[in-house]
Amino acid sequence: MQNRRETLKQTALVAGLLASAGFPQFAQAAFNKTAFDAKSVQDAAKAAGASSMAESKDVTITGPDIAENGAVVPLGASTTLSGVKQLLILVEKNPAALVAMFYVSDAVDANFTTRAKMGQSSDVYAIAIMNDGKALWSKKEVKVTLGGCGG
Amino acid sequence: MADPMRIRAQASGDKATVRVLMSHEMESGQRKDAAGKTVPAWFIQEVTANLNGKQVLSAEWGPAVSKNPFLQFTVKGAKAGDKIAVTWKDNKGDTRTDEATVS
Repeated sequence: MQNRRETLKQTALVAGLLASAGFPQFAQAAFNKTAFDAKSVQDAAKAAGASSMAESKDVTITGPDIAENGAVVPLGASTTLSGVKQLLILVEKNPAALVAMFYVSDAVDANFTTRAKMGQSSDVYAIAIMNDGKALWSKKEVKVTLGGCGG
Repeated sequence: MADPMRIRAQASGDKATVRVLMSHEMESGQRKDAAGKTVPAWFIQEVTANLNGKQVLSAEWGPAVSKNPFLQFTVKGAKAGDKIAVTWKDNKGDTRTDEATVS
């Protein structure tokens, strides 16, 4: 779970350790700081509990082809597979890749939509982490035109 | 204390689509103010949803979720008259719960 990378700041590391080691009884409820501090898509997925990564057509990321305003980009993640534990939305070129992480239960569909901030044009990812730790992902390119010129 | 959420839950068949609009600054911790100092991050970390008091969804968010966040999800087995409650907690420990009835 703890992915001690040298690029992580010392403070983040300590907070992450406290969150995961200090309060084991809140294992799921505790905020997964390691995952949200991770810079890359792969590191974030690993910190969220993924063991292997594979592209899959059964996982869908929805979003606009061109986003006029990078502060509000509607992004959705969904999958038709069963046995999904977590569903992640990530933006590759953000300072921290992970945007949101949803815990899928029996009572909800694995289909979530929210809005994200994007610093620049980038690939966005939906990652479904299965109960056995396998991670299935799909991606889509979203162009951000902050100038509002539409081009 | 933060402003109330707007929650709309609509049943169709045996499922209900829930749309939530929260009121929160969602400061990313990346911006700098006029004096050049970094504005500290302030964002919603945890979101949970309950159907008739039973938890159906939990989520963790990072600072990259937009200001005044929007969330849509689908609850199975919800019918008109059921109560949907949504709770968020931010990284300053502030928390808010709002409830809506499925229609």
